[in-house]
Amino acid sequence: MNLDKWIALVFLVISVAYGYAAFTYQLLPFERNMSFNPNTMPMVLSVLGAGLALLIIISKKPVADADGNVLGDINVARLGDYKFGQALALIGAMLLYAVALRPIGFLASTTLFVMGTSWILGERKLHIMMIAAVSGAFIIWFLVQEALGIFLRPLPWFMS
Amino acid sequence: MLEGILLGLDMALSLQNIALVVAGCLIGTLIGMLPGLGPMSIIAIMIPVAITIGDPASALILLSGVYYGAIFGGSTSSILINAPGVAGTVATSFDGYPMARQGKAGKALTIAAISSFAGGTVGVILLMAFAPALSSVALLFHSAEYFALMVVGLSAIAAFAGTGKVAKALMMTVVGLIMATVGESSLFNAPRFTMGLMDLQSGFSFVTLAMALFALPEALYLVLDPKRGSVGDAGRAIKDLRVTRQELKKIAPVIGRQSLQGFLIGVMPGAGATIASFLGYAVERNIAKGEEQDEFGKGSIKGLAAPEAANNAACTGSFVPLLTLGIPGSGTTAILLGALIALNVNPGPRLMIDNPSVFWAVIISMYIGNVVLLVLNLPLIPYIAKLLTIPRNYLIPFILFFTMVGAYIGQNNATELLILVGLGVGATVLRFADYPLAPLLIGFILGGMLEDNFARAVNLTDGVSFMYERTMTLGLLVIGVLLIFVPTYRRMRAQALQKGVAQGD
Repeated sequence: MNLDKWIALVFLVISVAYGYAAFTYQLLPFERNMSFNPNTMPMVLSVLGAGLALLIIISKKPVADADGNVLGDINVARLGDYKFGQALALIGAMLLYAVALRPIGFLASTTLFVMGTSWILGERKLHIMMIAAVSGAFIIWFLVQEALGIFLRPLPWFMS
Repeated sequence: MLEGILLGLDMALSLQNIALVVAGCLIGTLIGMLPGLGPMSIIAIMIPVAITIGDPASALILLSGVYYGAIFGGSTSSILINAPGVAGTVATSFDGYPMARQGKAGKALTIAAISSFAGGTVGVILLMAFAPALSSVALLFHSAEYFALMVVGLSAIAAFAGTGKVAKALMMTVVGLIMATVGESSLFNAPRFTMGLMDLQSGFSFVTLAMALFALPEALYLVLDPKRGSVGDAGRAIKDLRVTRQELKKIAPVIGRQSLQGFLIGVMPGAGATIASFLGYAVERNIAKGEEQDEFGKGSIKGLAAPEAANNAACTGSFVPLLTLGIPGSGTTAILLGALIALNVNPGPRLMIDNPSVFWAVIISMYIGNVVLLVLNLPLIPYIAKLLTIPRNYLIPFILFFTMVGAYIGQNNATELLILVGLGVGATVLRFADYPLAPLLIGFILGGMLEDNFARAVNLTDGVSFMYERTMTLGLLVIGVLLIFVPTYRRMRAQALQKGVAQGD
């Protein structure tokens, strides 16, 4: 089974779960007599979603084009060349950034994030990394704070 | 109309708005040039900035400046390094890159700039003529017709998704509609489908979704497949930007035809700059005679002018359904629509009555933007092209950082970042399996409006009888159904016919 069919299967599960939530939705007493309810459209959508997911699952395999690309611009034959490790490490870094942003402040977390991700990508010139990350973090913080007027806590919790 | 133009001039010529056009065009050009970053991700990144400006006219001026700047920048990287930053400029590289390899990069860039300018300008003039007319027709629409119109828009987007992808595009639209039902809505008394999570109380944030669907997957893609972002020989010097008079004479009719055709294609929902540029290229190649036809693909100036004029005219054309009906025809205009809604502007036929300043200011700013692109970029291109040599080790961290900051400042909530990463990873996987992502966002943005109008129509008629009792509603719904089934039926018939023939593989 191809990746797209697995995804369709996931959508089928989501549609069914969503449909369950929609069909068993607790209507308020006065809503029962209304012709349009909070779960009217969700019920329609869940049926449509499940139907389409099934259609994708049972439909025939897509035909490969001249380059052998079955799926869009992804070259499945070259899948081994894809750098999944780096991508996963970057996703991990983004999650860390999300968690760290509030406690350790915008400037420190951003600097660490930019330096860390460029290190993951293979950059080893520490001084250039440092300059780019610190100046980038500071400029963006300044623009967001001053030009857009949105407060971002710049410093860690123990300093502010 | 004259009144409107004057109003627009008054708005667009303020110092702030001129500065925004220039800034938008520059940012769009700079980022659009980077291979792998399309207009949708750039606009998604710019939305938090636009929303905090607060004034809807200024926000839309900035974002539309970014939009056509990105298309322009995309053509520059198509010509110089054969790596289109934007799908709408892929056709540009067919003849632009061969010209660059023959050492005529300067000339190619000039022709691209002139064609873009002409296409964009013709597009704006047509937009000015079309939009008020369409808008006055649309004023006759009731909620039932609006509902039907949105169904047509959504099915058109799915129908244009490409062969074999219609079911997937429809699936993505339904997923978008489902996501739109999460949280509170204007119609009902309690939040729905939040799974008990407080953070979903107000639903998914549109900015986060836009970033997660477009900016993050493209950045992750650049990581996964380094070849995609490779810049090759971009450092070469660009000289001799001049174009001779004979050459101009040769491309003038091409530009004229393709501006018109591109605009009309852009107006149709679902068919945007990409289809317009490919079709424009194909049409011009078929029209050209003898020697000129052979030149196509080997550095023909006509083959360069055609897609460039068409894609810029189509960009402008895609504003017609957005500004008159409130229905986005493409992912990019869907993002613009979301930004407008966030700024409390209700796009649709009443836009010209309720917010005439927004409508006309945007149109006038498009003129200004076209001039800015021509004047600013022509002499600056050799320097701007240096940007292509920024190493990806610095580029990618900053793209990731911008998407995260954009999502964060919209909500000031760190959970939003976790949602962003989660949805972004999901979107990347979806792209791997060739699921189109634009229908998801369009479904998400139209979902609320679709339900509101559907509910109003159902409440007025106490049932779904409006679907067959109102002629216009019925007609629109039939069009919507036909849009999906006719191409599918024709494809199936073609496959059945082919079965009689021995298959190549």
